[in-house]
Amino acid sequence: MKLTGARILLECLLEQGVDTVFGYPGGTILNVYDALYDYRDKITHIRTAHEQGAAHAADGYARSTGKVGVCFATSGPGATNLVTGIATAYMDSSPVVFITCNVGENLIGRDSFQEVDITGITMPITKCNYLVRHADQLADIVREGFAIARSGRPGPVLIDILKNATAEETEYAFLPREKHHTRGRLAALIGRASHDMTAPEPDIEDIDTLAHLIGEAERPLIICGGGVVRGRAHEELAEFAQKVDAPVAITVMGAGGFNGRNPLTTGMIGMHGSQASNMAVDACDLLIALGCRFSDRVALNPATFAKQAVIVQVDIDRSEINKNVQTSHHIVGDVKRVLSLLNERIGQKDNKAWKDYVFSFPTETEYELTGEALTPKQISDIVARTAPWDTIVATDVGQHQIWVTQHFHYDYPGQLLTSGGFGSMGFGLGAAIGAKISHPDKTVLHITGDGSFRMNCNELATVAYYDLPIITIIFDNRTLGMVRQWQTLIYNQRYCETDIKKEPDFVKLAEAYGLSGRRVNNAADFEAALKEALTCGHGYVIDAVIDVDEKVRPMVNGGDHITQFLLN
Amino acid sequence: MRKNRYTLAVLVDNESGVLSQVSRLFSRKGYNIESLAVGTTDTPTVSRITIEVMAEDDARARLLCNQLRKLFPVHSVKLLDSSHSIRRELVLIKVKAGTTEARSEIIQIANIFRGSVIDVAPTSLTIAVIGEEAKTDAIETLLEKHGILELVRTGVVALERGAYTIDDDTKEKGEFNYGKVAFS
Repeated sequence: MKLTGARILLECLLEQGVDTVFGYPGGTILNVYDALYDYRDKITHIRTAHEQGAAHAADGYARSTGKVGVCFATSGPGATNLVTGIATAYMDSSPVVFITCNVGENLIGRDSFQEVDITGITMPITKCNYLVRHADQLADIVREGFAIARSGRPGPVLIDILKNATAEETEYAFLPREKHHTRGRLAALIGRASHDMTAPEPDIEDIDTLAHLIGEAERPLIICGGGVVRGRAHEELAEFAQKVDAPVAITVMGAGGFNGRNPLTTGMIGMHGSQASNMAVDACDLLIALGCRFSDRVALNPATFAKQAVIVQVDIDRSEINKNVQTSHHIVGDVKRVLSLLNERIGQKDNKAWKDYVFSFPTETEYELTGEALTPKQISDIVARTAPWDTIVATDVGQHQIWVTQHFHYDYPGQLLTSGGFGSMGFGLGAAIGAKISHPDKTVLHITGDGSFRMNCNELATVAYYDLPIITIIFDNRTLGMVRQWQTLIYNQRYCETDIKKEPDFVKLAEAYGLSGRRVNNAADFEAALKEALTCGHGYVIDAVIDVDEKVRPMVNGGDHITQFLLN
Repeated sequence: MRKNRYTLAVLVDNESGVLSQVSRLFSRKGYNIESLAVGTTDTPTVSRITIEVMAEDDARARLLCNQLRKLFPVHSVKLLDSSHSIRRELVLIKVKAGTTEARSEIIQIANIFRGSVIDVAPTSLTIAVIGEEAKTDAIETLLEKHGILELVRTGVVALERGAYTIDDDTKEKGEFNYGKVAFS
């Protein structure tokens, strides 16, 4: 059957089971949007206020569902507006396929209107990207692109299509997803990797070595990293931790990979890690890192990290092994499969003395109440007991991000959506939109700070347009809190450009978009506002005023030893 | 900090954009490429890139290989051990040769280095020499007094000695493919 490139693209999305696309139309991608008009009943398109919001929404959709997110944008500024969103997805290994169109073949390379080399720009922040010149390459490339985005270590893929390729007609034959690996580029790629569609088994000798190390260890510690979340290995990890009888420290990206209420969890690890987690790293004799790349925010000083321990790294990406911290043993494979093989091989251990030592340190920071003022801990506690247990939380970046990671207890993968690797302020509202679209029955909270919120609050327009009951909670301290905290502790209280003396009226802003809002100063008012927000059925903004000097505790300075707490 | 020279052999898809993807990886990881040579292999769809780079130690060089292996157009990467590999470079040198004495001396030097004269003009000679840097640097120094008009190097190409090849199946290679395409 002969179809235009634009229709072939949409047919290929249907082959992948895509039913939702986030995006923003424009000149060069018009053929695709024109074709989309005929696919309205099969593909829902969510138009955001800005391409960056669309990129974060597709990312939030991917993180919360585990499926591949899809995002459309036009050439030039449309494409470059995606860049922060692509980098965010790349750093956190989130599978998103970005589709941009470029000017036609007759105009390319002539600095034409809205022309940009987006494949060049995104080369270091995509798993793989493509420039499609003609319609006859399109189906093959889209099939490979989706496979690459979701396979192995997931990540973003960008497909840039010249406008002429979307207009040209060429032969298209439907190919079910299960057969994609038998044809074209994908078949060649898999052939080169010398294995078939079934994922290769992790090396059994490597597994046995780790099982042996576990048998010998007296002070084992497990780190639950983002790989456990991406690999949805939470059930296997729960069994594994219980059998090894080891404390589990959770990274920001690992939140939800291990039940936050499980008595074995020591809470967060690293720069803002709990005392229990960081002290355990220092004292353990076996450290099992699952899907964790020992970033500078976790390992801090790689030279002194877990010095007493045999470090074992389990990762799906071989190039992560020994990248940041030198390990003694590694297993390359899917963490879900690795853990289930390990669970078959290990017996029940008992490490009571070691656990008693680790849990003699606090797993969460206690904050004193300071008079009338609302505290971050109060906000977290009220949300935790008022919102449904399976509430999805999307955050921006800064103090609020760490507070909600430390004090909410995440029960399942995809419950916390946060930009852990790239640290993109303005990620949260877009991500919340993606999560709400894919989980209409779940409560979705967008937790933000007044600084982050101002970056992409334009997406309130999307919340209002699609009538999405997303609740935004602003930790409003009228300053860029995390940067100010560093200025307080490290830069002699020279508050250069952090305090925001005059904030917009966030309640009026919400009302301007047709949403509700309330400004609160104390715990009782916050609880009342949250209850109203949970039942009102539309978007709601709670401007929660907190003290300007509230700090994230504990804190270890970047590059310092992990137990060298600057703040406790 | 003292750095060592490492030679990397890389097999890649013979497609546009691949070379820039490979070379950009070095700059973004903070390394400067000392020498780079590319050409197709016995399989026309596959090119072989030989890259020489200065790195702090073996571990850093291996990390660079790991990052390269992660790129989709890259088929295989091998860090070549200098004591077990042959490295060669072709240098073309255009030298001033206006007088008969200069001419005969240049030809003599070329012969000693088993180079060949590939172009003769009234006032110049062009010499081609193949070898490792020690040899090509030496002839360059000897010809300098005659006045070098132009000089071009192909960049080093290298192969392992013996029957070993870049495609030798190692456990490591399998591990890298897992991260790229672990379909399930």
